[in-house]
Amino acid sequence: MKLDPRSPTGPIGEQWTKAKFDFKLVNPANKRKYKVIVVGSGLAGASAASTLAELGYDVACFCFQDSPRRAHSIAAQGGINAAKNYQNDGDSVYRLFYDTVKGGDFRSRESNVHRLAEESVNIIDQCAQMGVPFAREYGGTLANRSFGGAQVSRTFYARGQTGQQLLLGAYSGLSRQIGAGKVKMFPRTELLDVVVIDGRASGIVVRDLVTGAISSHSAHAVLLCTGGYGNVFFLSTNAKGCNVTATYRAYKQGAGFANPCYTQIHPTCIPVSGDYQSKLTLMSESLRNDGRVWVPKNKADIAKHPDQISDGDRDYYLERKYPAFGNLSPRDIASRAAKEQCDDGRGVGPGGRGVYLDFRDAIKRDGKAKIEEKYGNLFEMYERITGEDPYRVPMRIYPAVHYTMGGLWVDYHLQTTIPGLFCLGEANFSDHGANRLGASALMQGLADGYFIIPYTLGNYLAGVQAASIADTKHAAFTDAEANVKAKLDKLMGIRGKRPVDSFHKALGHIMWEDCGMARSKASLEHALAEIPKLREQFWSDLSVLGERDSFNQSLEKAGRVADLLEFAELLVTDALVREESCGGHFRVEHQVEGEAKRDDENFCNATVWEYKGEGQAPVRNLEPLVFDNVHLATRSYK
Amino acid sequence: MSDKGLDLTLHVWRQPDRKSPGKFVAYQVKDVSVHASFLEMLDILNDSLVEKGEEPVAFDHDCREGICGMCSLMINGRPHGGRKATTTCQLHMRFFSSGDEIWIEPWRANAFPVIKDLCVDRGAFDKIIQAGGFVTANAGSAPDANDVPVPKEAADAAMDAAACIGCGACVAACPNSSAMLFTAAKLSHLHHLPQGQGERGRRTLAMVSVMDAAGFGNCTNHYECEAACPKDISREVIAEMNRDYAKASFTHKEHATKSDA
Repeated sequence: MKLDPRSPTGPIGEQWTKAKFDFKLVNPANKRKYKVIVVGSGLAGASAASTLAELGYDVACFCFQDSPRRAHSIAAQGGINAAKNYQNDGDSVYRLFYDTVKGGDFRSRESNVHRLAEESVNIIDQCAQMGVPFAREYGGTLANRSFGGAQVSRTFYARGQTGQQLLLGAYSGLSRQIGAGKVKMFPRTELLDVVVIDGRASGIVVRDLVTGAISSHSAHAVLLCTGGYGNVFFLSTNAKGCNVTATYRAYKQGAGFANPCYTQIHPTCIPVSGDYQSKLTLMSESLRNDGRVWVPKNKADIAKHPDQISDGDRDYYLERKYPAFGNLSPRDIASRAAKEQCDDGRGVGPGGRGVYLDFRDAIKRDGKAKIEEKYGNLFEMYERITGEDPYRVPMRIYPAVHYTMGGLWVDYHLQTTIPGLFCLGEANFSDHGANRLGASALMQGLADGYFIIPYTLGNYLAGVQAASIADTKHAAFTDAEANVKAKLDKLMGIRGKRPVDSFHKALGHIMWEDCGMARSKASLEHALAEIPKLREQFWSDLSVLGERDSFNQSLEKAGRVADLLEFAELLVTDALVREESCGGHFRVEHQVEGEAKRDDENFCNATVWEYKGEGQAPVRNLEPLVFDNVHLATRSYK
Repeated sequence: MSDKGLDLTLHVWRQPDRKSPGKFVAYQVKDVSVHASFLEMLDILNDSLVEKGEEPVAFDHDCREGICGMCSLMINGRPHGGRKATTTCQLHMRFFSSGDEIWIEPWRANAFPVIKDLCVDRGAFDKIIQAGGFVTANAGSAPDANDVPVPKEAADAAMDAAACIGCGACVAACPNSSAMLFTAAKLSHLHHLPQGQGERGRRTLAMVSVMDAAGFGNCTNHYECEAACPKDISREVIAEMNRDYAKASFTHKEHATKSDA
């Protein structure tokens, strides 16, 4: 597998400008002759589809939800970063670049990250113009807040619903193009295969989720904007529909999959309450700006009402361990610290799997009204779920899987190892290295869609003949359709006893216990032994009722879980091979005094997995990472 | 509050597809945790149905945290179960009691045809947005975000309306199946902002016209929509829309031509 990052040369601050000038252009009159498929309608997909249509390309967009407005970007709460420096507090493009490289624990590509920081400022302008109701100061200028892992206030927000408002903005732009006939939208339609002809991505095979009909769609280029794979853990903050199918099936067609072991555990989620639990709810990280995280100092106090525990008997462990960043320490560090306290027997709530996030001092300092204005909707959400009033009783929180930094490997052009197949947003292996900073996912999705792909895709299409579009009668399409149908029939034909969710839960249990916040050689090897057993049970005892050619939610789910059951093994293998701790990947063998220990000599690279066929071990390829600007250093938040 | 599990009788609307007739089917669920959400209770029902070899109940859901707008359900005749500002996915079983009979139906509206069981097609909402629920601003064409100040009160009012999740509870609650709260919320969001002013009149006319064509009814001031809205959208947005509509009807040429024809 050839891994050419195609990063521009020259000073980091000039690379993107130079690249944009060097890119080939497609004549405006010719753009309509090029067909582009966009899979996914979240921030990356909706912004890419609408922007490409604005430029004149012929765009088709697919999503599995009933409307593009429901993609899971909608659930992001806290905000979006941009290096505007509106607060005059020392921010700059270079500082955002620096923070992102450092926050990612030196496992991202410098050229990509700098470009992301540059485009961050344009995103805010674009979104404001499209009517995103960002929070404002009384004078009418934009408000900012600081957010996990940053010492400047560069986060823009719309109450606790920033993702929703940004997505509705991107959806409104997409809707404009659908209404104008420039984008053909396929809701309730799921990608089931990527078709590659003569080494180029030539289209996709999809299933209409309402009728069950399988159909082929050809294009000059295919963009996968299909999000992350956090649901491999079953319980996560992801929506129930989030899945790895699009990127995993692309991987099986030859796209390299990079760093699957980089998963982000978010420190502030509502703890698990029982076996029936179907998902975990995030409490925005912005709460850590005013809330103080603590556990009782003494194990004897864990069952006491928090009011009965005096300040002297509380351990504000983040403030104690990381005085410079305190409660705002980055996600991976805050998550592990919470696990440490609970492992030590000082966790609170059911099963001892929780820590307090306490607003008592903030309410005393600023008044209840001020806190309500900032976090009112989050407090309400907490009370609705737990039945407890966080104005009076501290919240209980625990880490949960939230985001995945790994994904399809892409070069500087966002192209995968298959020419013509591009990957945007969380689905790619991203600009976040081994750990993503808060409020940076929304930034990346929109940068990719609004401001990067329009340039890099044009450069690709300029070298492709418009007349060269594949015929969906080509054997590659008919074979793919036949394979897809055979796989669906196989799932329907097992006729076992167990519902699909029971396998998904079992997989999640293995992954969380063996490959969650802390991973060891032994736990990973245990997972590698358990996953194939579970997969075997799945293929012998699954029950999918109903018809193949109709609306069948069990069948949809079964296909996704089948892919997760294979993908999980790749994730664990990657975690086993990466003999170091970095960002969200913590190997217990590699630590110094409880802190992650990177191994830059051997692992300053991206691991890119290459599929070799059913039953064959995947091949490990490496993209070396070079740090010319931000010098490799141990991440310290002390 | 007791932590004892609930035993419930569910009357669930089962309908194989759009064209076939549907009916209520009764199911028993036992020992459901009071901490489970309503959808988790349905997960439990579905797993038990699969184990018995019966096809599970189809229902729409995705984020399960009250923001995607995918979940729906008429629960005992009230959209999302009728608790203030709560979606079905955030409705917890602690608000029910053991022995309760719960009636579960899909949204009922001509403009939202049933796909299967409890799932409906809400594509008409997308069509309303496609008609004008946007600000025409191509990527790359925006001025610096602070060049256009937006007073805090205006941004807050826009945000109040923009909180709509497009779930359709307003339509389901309305005796006329009117989509005016949904349509007006989008208009109110954009019309409180300076960026939305340029297209204000034509946007209002276009969205209302598509809304009418989709088969939604008119508002006759029952305000059931406001009561049912899981995001507390105020009915005042409808008044704003009506004012804008009346004004634009006089001032907009396109409209005049259309109605003359």
